[in-house]
Amino acid sequence: MTHWLILPIILPAFIAPFIVLAARYQIAIQRVISVAGIVAMIGITFGLSWQTADGSVLLYRLGDWAAPFGIVLVGDRLSTLMALLTATLALFVLLYAIGSKWDERGWHFHALFQFQIMGIMGAFLTGDLFNLFVFFEVLLIASYGLMIHAGGTARLRAGVQYVLFNLLGSTLFLFALGAIYAETGTLNMADLAQRVDLVAPSETAGIRIAAVLLLLVFAIKAAVVPLHFWLPSSYAEAPGPVAALFAIMTKVGAYAIIRIYTMVFPPDLAATAGLHGWWLLPAALLSLAIGMIGVLAARRLDRLVAFAVIGSMGLVMVPISLFTPAGIGAAIYYIIHSTLAAGALFLITDLVRAGRANLDLTPQAPVAGANLTAALFFIAAIAMAGLPPLSGFVGKLLILDAGFDTPYMIWIWAVVLGASLISVVGFSRAGSVLFWKANSIAPADDAPAASPPSKLSYVAVGGLVSLLVAHTVFAGPATAYAASISEQLFAPDAYISTVLTTKGKLSDAPKKDEDSQ
Amino acid sequence: MEILVASAIGILTAGGLYLVLRLRTFPVIIGISLLTYAVNVFLFSSGRLIVGAPPILTDATIYSDPLPQALVLTAIVISFGMTAVVVMISLGAYLGGNDDHVDEPVAEDAQ
Repeated sequence: MTHWLILPIILPAFIAPFIVLAARYQIAIQRVISVAGIVAMIGITFGLSWQTADGSVLLYRLGDWAAPFGIVLVGDRLSTLMALLTATLALFVLLYAIGSKWDERGWHFHALFQFQIMGIMGAFLTGDLFNLFVFFEVLLIASYGLMIHAGGTARLRAGVQYVLFNLLGSTLFLFALGAIYAETGTLNMADLAQRVDLVAPSETAGIRIAAVLLLLVFAIKAAVVPLHFWLPSSYAEAPGPVAALFAIMTKVGAYAIIRIYTMVFPPDLAATAGLHGWWLLPAALLSLAIGMIGVLAARRLDRLVAFAVIGSMGLVMVPISLFTPAGIGAAIYYIIHSTLAAGALFLITDLVRAGRANLDLTPQAPVAGANLTAALFFIAAIAMAGLPPLSGFVGKLLILDAGFDTPYMIWIWAVVLGASLISVVGFSRAGSVLFWKANSIAPADDAPAASPPSKLSYVAVGGLVSLLVAHTVFAGPATAYAASISEQLFAPDAYISTVLTTKGKLSDAPKKDEDSQ
Repeated sequence: MEILVASAIGILTAGGLYLVLRLRTFPVIIGISLLTYAVNVFLFSSGRLIVGAPPILTDATIYSDPLPQALVLTAIVISFGMTAVVVMISLGAYLGGNDDHVDEPVAEDAQ
């Protein structure tokens, strides 16, 4: 058994306390350690993705206890890809935070950042539902700290809403876990997948309630309408780089839905059939519509991007809610695109903020370094709105194609295409007000000339944008890999048998007494 | 005993939900605490209610499930920490803005 699989969790767990304890007052050392950690993380997660690319499933048993008794970490194609995506996004966000000096405006930015990465990695890699809850809490408590980084009353107020909403979500999660444990006697995902099948048809009430509760929890994380109300304020008020990192957090919810509802509660499972199929798709379409209408209606750039994230999550959830192999494949391609595009847009918002008094969408004097910022905004907005030639367009085509054969084809096509049109209008309005009309306004005489953002900031944003371009250029291999991920997800037997049959401590123990249930 | 535990969970949840829907942060935080108490008892009872049995496998035929007890411990620690965080953040927001409403301030819309 190799220990590589736990490194993405262990590494930040060591780096963060080291930063707090040893380099508390030296921001330069903090930066070096933090960046080195994230670069190492990219290497590790790339190695893990490489190992799982052939379809093998990596397993790590904590304390060497065998699966249903001990906690396991599992790496398959999907989880290692999401871990790699997290590390990549984190690198550019971290470079931006250093370049824009956001990390100097409060305490412990780098330590919290590492803890946040630890939580996200754990959530992607764990194979145990209660462990998933614990890692959700790890990433949330780090995100509370990051969200209110640098303080300010508006940020704290938004932070209160964010924390309260997520505390309620966590409570709901615990209720769901309690119900699942009471019904099945296990919380290991692979074991659960087998035991849910065995629930007698007349006694499915508890497990059905648990399945819906769990879906609600993940829908809160994924900001699916009508559970999205926590997102606009908190993402808009959070510091720019933090909001960019949060772009992956909504994807954690989408990942959990994909994982649980293809393996534990697959669409053809009799016990939970018809529970989420009929309302998840309308909710996703509604998220898409409300998000993009919000883009058109927003009066501030940060809120505009936050609503674009909601719309984008809606578009991720549309193909997921079909629960077909083609749909999941399209969703995975679009998740990568959406994470990169949302991250880039939040960073660009922060570039604009640096040169303006506020982020209101009203003509004001040009921001410092407006030409480059405008160009980056143009590219990122095209990507987010899903216009050709960037990956948003490819992803949208895949989603439309996945929805073509379903009975809901008219609804999917109408809402997706209509929302695209609205978002194009919204983004062009914002861009022209921010960058074109600005040229007709002379800067106030007494206003101090703002220095343009640092080169490192542009490198970070440019890096994300060029990844978007690469995601478009290599769309062929990317879609093929997404299809292979979805194929693996719909054949979970390899995952389940790897988790349950690998020997460890207690493997030879008698099976748990079913009578006690 | 079952009816007692079940109604305790129900009453705690109902009270918690009512308080969570209030406008100001203090009742909302109390409500969340009540909800976490409810969920802790709920988790505890998910291993079935057995009185006076050890939570380990012995020669005795009756034992209580140790796993929910471990889960409850984790949940208590986490909810305790989270409640402390939310108290601090909302105190900061209250002292900064002199207003402890949970919803969006009106002034922000007028801007």
